Amino acid sequence: MRSTRKPAALVLVGALTTGALAACSGGGDPQDESTNSAGQVTLSVVSLLPGSTEEAVAAFEDQVAEFEKANPDIDVQSEEYEWKATTFAAQLAGGTLPDVFEIPFTDAQGLVENGQLADMDAQFRALPYAEQFNPTILEAGTGDDGHVYAIPAKNAYPVALHYNRQLFESAGLDPEQPPTTWDEVRQYAKKIADANPGVAGYATMTQNNTGGWQLTAQTVARGGRTVETDADQKATATLDSAGTKETLQFLHDLRWEDESMGGNFLLDWGSINQEFAAGQVGMFTSGSDIYTSLVQTNAVDPDSYGLAPIPLSDAPEAATLTGGTLAGVPANVDDGVKDAAIRWIDFFYLNKLVDEDRAVADAETLAKNDQPVGTPVLPMFSKEQHELNQEWIADYVNVPLDQMTAFTDAMFDLPLAGEPSQKTQEVYALLDPVVQAVLTDEGADIDALLADANTQAQALLDQG
Amino acid sequence: MTVTTTSPRGDLAAPARAAGVGRPRRGPATWLRGGGLHSLVFLLPLLVIFGVFSWFPIVRAVIMSVQETNLVTDPTFVGLDNFRHVLADPLLWKAVQNTLYFAFLALLFGYPVPLIAAVLMREVRRARGLYSALAYLPVVVPPVVAVLLWKFFYKGGPTGVFNTVLGWVGLGPYPWLQDASWAMPSLVLAATWAGAGGTVIIYLAALTSVPAELYDASEVDGAGLWRKIWHVTLPQLRGVLFITLILQVIGTAQVFLEPYLFTGGGPNNATVTVLLLIYRYAFQNSLGGDYGAATALSLMLAAVLAVFSVLYFRLTRSWSTS
Repeated sequence: MRSTRKPAALVLVGALTTGALAACSGGGDPQDESTNSAGQVTLSVVSLLPGSTEEAVAAFEDQVAEFEKANPDIDVQSEEYEWKATTFAAQLAGGTLPDVFEIPFTDAQGLVENGQLADMDAQFRALPYAEQFNPTILEAGTGDDGHVYAIPAKNAYPVALHYNRQLFESAGLDPEQPPTTWDEVRQYAKKIADANPGVAGYATMTQNNTGGWQLTAQTVARGGRTVETDADQKATATLDSAGTKETLQFLHDLRWEDESMGGNFLLDWGSINQEFAAGQVGMFTSGSDIYTSLVQTNAVDPDSYGLAPIPLSDAPEAATLTGGTLAGVPANVDDGVKDAAIRWIDFFYLNKLVDEDRAVADAETLAKNDQPVGTPVLPMFSKEQHELNQEWIADYVNVPLDQMTAFTDAMFDLPLAGEPSQKTQEVYALLDPVVQAVLTDEGADIDALLADANTQAQALLDQG
Repeated sequence: MTVTTTSPRGDLAAPARAAGVGRPRRGPATWLRGGGLHSLVFLLPLLVIFGVFSWFPIVRAVIMSVQETNLVTDPTFVGLDNFRHVLADPLLWKAVQNTLYFAFLALLFGYPVPLIAAVLMREVRRARGLYSALAYLPVVVPPVVAVLLWKFFYKGGPTGVFNTVLGWVGLGPYPWLQDASWAMPSLVLAATWAGAGGTVIIYLAALTSVPAELYDASEVDGAGLWRKIWHVTLPQLRGVLFITLILQVIGTAQVFLEPYLFTGGGPNNATVTVLLLIYRYAFQNSLGGDYGAATALSLMLAAVLAVFSVLYFRLTRSWSTS
């Protein structure tokens, strides 16, 4: 017995060690394994926000099934996804991004320069509608070499004012008449907060770079800019512009004089949506397209939702900040995955905008699963194409468009401005604590805070 | 059937030691015959696990601290630039101050609470197990769940749970997490709640080792509860108290979970700790973090904590041998 047990134990220990090593090695980069045992190309794609409802998941799965039926040589593997600077950086460094992922307009150029996005130009140009894209939107994902790396996909949106119609009514305000000036926003916020103790009449994001994003949006709406870029692409930080100061003073007054901003000043994109859907926020600014995620993730009451343009001041440069989402593919995938990726991007994001049959099929799937159809966004193609698309899906539109007319009536006439193009997220990050300071410290010195942030931003921009 | 598993090395070494003879010279063959290979094979899993999950990352961190790298593009050697960059960052000193403040508050509130709880629980005659379970309960609540729960309690404005309760007795509303001066104490309160249970159990175990005769003798001498605690309990717990103190200092220097989940470092960087700053260096920039700066600061923190760790090891060694 002695002679057999000891070798057996040694073998066992050796096997365990080998197993541990094999487990640690993880089988290499999953992106190298582009085909499965059935010979299909395995394509990992992003699906919905984490925490989406069962109906939203069912609608997505129906779409995947439809795609796989039409493309039997592709096996789609989906994963939940919410773009956040911190988690995206970790996935990027760890090589765990799916084959098709979504990025904001602001990140595409940096990713192209760092060689982190696959050159999708050949695949993109093969799309029958490639030449029809709005050139300004297409430019966001185009490299200096003129090749398309990231494809305008999910949406393009202006920042807009979202408001809770029921809170408006509770404060004696007409929900059909949302505010059109910042002074009105302040007055309305005060009325909502007074009528609903504990509720924020107006709230703004402050965390995970979104504080800087919304401060920039509100600065642009007042005619200011946070970064100016000259013809040689030399960027100058202008965080201490009049528009930024005016915005911060506005927030300060609402918070400390009117006490109309509630009790939570640590909010980001997801948490402000959550608060809004829970009826804790009367008004806030964010991308015009968030109604979809408010339904899918936060179960917002459709009757409570209202959408209006962000108020613009009389300043000549006052504009509505725009943004959007692109679809990207990691640089290290092979052509088989790139070809599969463009088919998915075409199917899931784009073809439904230009092809009637696909538009109707997509809208039908979404509507069948009680998912929003018809959320207002900026057109990826021409205005005429957008209107045509809206006609195709008119029978399936289930979002309360009549509660969004203040926005939809004006959306094609809005003066638009793009986000800063250099070090965008890093400068946004610098501005988060500035907004937080104004909302949590009554004596915050706005000039000093902005002067300090401006110095740091310029140092970042000078790094190139 | 009995299987003898005595180590051959033990069989050989014992007579040698018993005879007071010096250690025999051993060649590879002797080592092999003596069961060296077996030892190595049994040691291998541990070596692999430590190597892959501890030593390799440490070595990698040391290398990265002298590189400019975002883990995507090729790294470049930059010497000590990362250390200079970190030391020149004004946020570092804010983070150090915040971490020290957290450690101070955690010691002020978090250190005596478990001790007092343990001593009181030692004194109760009935349902001591129930009190122990209740004290330990917060430890078994998953930290993220606990933080979300506390966040809900801490909601600012008059409608928050804590503010509502305090409002019944005419207090508040308090800003809790929404004010730079309130945020850190609020984090410490939640952290103390979450962590005290484990320390209470350690103290309770230590208290059982205090000889009952000492209490009997002090009672005979007319000592009341407080004098018994002061003159008997605390001196007897001195060793454990000192070790938990050092462990707490090491733990609080690495505080991350609470500021990350409660406040994200806000408001206005009032709760940015050293570890949260490391996280920000690494992950805040979506285009690729500054992993060189992150690892440089990690090494600096490790150097400081190593001092405390050495102290801890020396104390535990002397404590266990005494």
